[in-house]
Amino acid sequence: MIDYNSVLSSKVVAMKPSGIRKFFDLAAQMRGVISLGVGEPDFKTPYAIRRAGIESLEKGKTWYTANAGLMPLREAIAAYLKRRFALEYDGAREVLVTVGGSEAIDLCVRALVSPGDEVLIPEPSFVCYDPITTLAGGVPVAIPTTAQDKFKLTPEALKAAITPKTKLLVLPFPNNPTGAIMAKEELEAIADVLRDTNIMVLSDEIYAELTFGSKHVPFASIDGMWERTITVNGFSKAYAMTGWRLGYAAGPQPIIAQMTKIHQFAIMSAPTVSQYAAVEALSPACDAEIERMAVEYNMRRSLMVDTLNRMGLTCFDPRGAFYVFPSIKSTGLSSEEFCERLLMEKRVAVVPGTAFGASGEGHVRISYSYSVDHLIEALKRMEDFVQQFKKTE
Amino acid sequence: MKEQLLMILEKNARLSVEQLASLLNANPQQVAAEIEKLEKEGTILGYRSIIDWDKTDRDVCHARIEVQVTPQGGVGFEDIAARICQFEEVETVYLMSGGYDIAVTITGKTFKDVALFVAHRLSTLEGVRSTATSFVLRKYKERGCNLLDLDGDGREVTCL
Repeated sequence: MIDYNSVLSSKVVAMKPSGIRKFFDLAAQMRGVISLGVGEPDFKTPYAIRRAGIESLEKGKTWYTANAGLMPLREAIAAYLKRRFALEYDGAREVLVTVGGSEAIDLCVRALVSPGDEVLIPEPSFVCYDPITTLAGGVPVAIPTTAQDKFKLTPEALKAAITPKTKLLVLPFPNNPTGAIMAKEELEAIADVLRDTNIMVLSDEIYAELTFGSKHVPFASIDGMWERTITVNGFSKAYAMTGWRLGYAAGPQPIIAQMTKIHQFAIMSAPTVSQYAAVEALSPACDAEIERMAVEYNMRRSLMVDTLNRMGLTCFDPRGAFYVFPSIKSTGLSSEEFCERLLMEKRVAVVPGTAFGASGEGHVRISYSYSVDHLIEALKRMEDFVQQFKKTE
Repeated sequence: MKEQLLMILEKNARLSVEQLASLLNANPQQVAAEIEKLEKEGTILGYRSIIDWDKTDRDVCHARIEVQVTPQGGVGFEDIAARICQFEEVETVYLMSGGYDIAVTITGKTFKDVALFVAHRLSTLEGVRSTATSFVLRKYKERGCNLLDLDGDGREVTCL
């Protein structure tokens, strides 16, 4: 008999499974659960985009593409980044098409991090940066952000975390799970801290199209930051294309070239059908589709923030992504207890803030990528749940 | 706010004023006043349920009738349209482009009801040149609602 624990990589065995899954595996076994947990759009991919994928199959375009992605797609990505965010990239040399933004994050970390290098990760944030860094031999260093700072990264906190070993800063804004965004001046303050260093920046801008009240500012657009920034984006959130598994990285050619090397050995190329569909997605004709979805999200966001605040789960105004991150401290419960009891007593599934880093304690993540009717039912149950803690006060 | 409010109400007219206000990031008094105004000026014509009668024991029979008419001097199609609208069993009356003039939808209890309506009341109206009646065999989608049991939430558990 093989003792599998002795043959498996100790690094991999030591990796903790995602804290998000735990609750959903539990919820999946229960009846009548209404979920506010899913981190993907409820919309279907706009029809024109689906059609473009189907057409590519009908025409028999079923081969690999170039490792870095279809040239027309890379050019379309460059044109899109310029049109919507005034970013300048050469599609031929500075853009790499990946299997989701996730792969782009992995490649970027692996291309930059040598053993012992420190990677700064503002928290709470998406769950992948930490394990990916560890697998690459790097050392993840969390920078906690707080509700008082609207979960933004402050230049003071950044400065305090920098050591001679700091290699990379992850900038996950608009943020999952908090919904925080960074304004231009705030990014400029971050840029001032980085300007005289060699610290590189992985700017995860997958929610760039989902900001409310202001337009997203890419970090690479801040004066002097282009040369040290790898911009990661993708089609999942803006175009409701999660299942197509398509993202990209854009950055300086020497870095993209090394990332492409890893990509060609590990992945070969991103799915061809998805790439053809994505070319259609990036055409200016689809801008209206993005905006239509953003308007719908904004209404739901407003409903969530307003209703949660009224039931005593105070939440700061999230200006991006499709999550609200209310404080549950008024209930006296920990994040895990809150989620467990809400699930058991009212059959509503939300994710504990601690799944996104220790600084998420006292909060829960609620996704509003659901229909208004679904949200209203869930909010009603939550209100009933929260009521019991008011009486005992 | 007006357009957005109407779009929400068109999908779901049962939201409370407070819920509407939350969705629109407005205050409830404002929303209530806007709704009242829209009702008064006739932009909002009413609030109705969308019912799948096939789930009940009540018999219903729907039909679409394509009507060709001879327009009359001075009043055009308005006069004949107004007369068709008078019938209670008529649900919609539209002036159409293309091969016929007026599209009528009607609901009766039975096939025979509808046939009698067309033969005795509609085709005998002055100005009606011809009618072509098609019966609805099955409804798949009604005012945006799928009547087929289509896919629910197909999203699976992932770690993000």
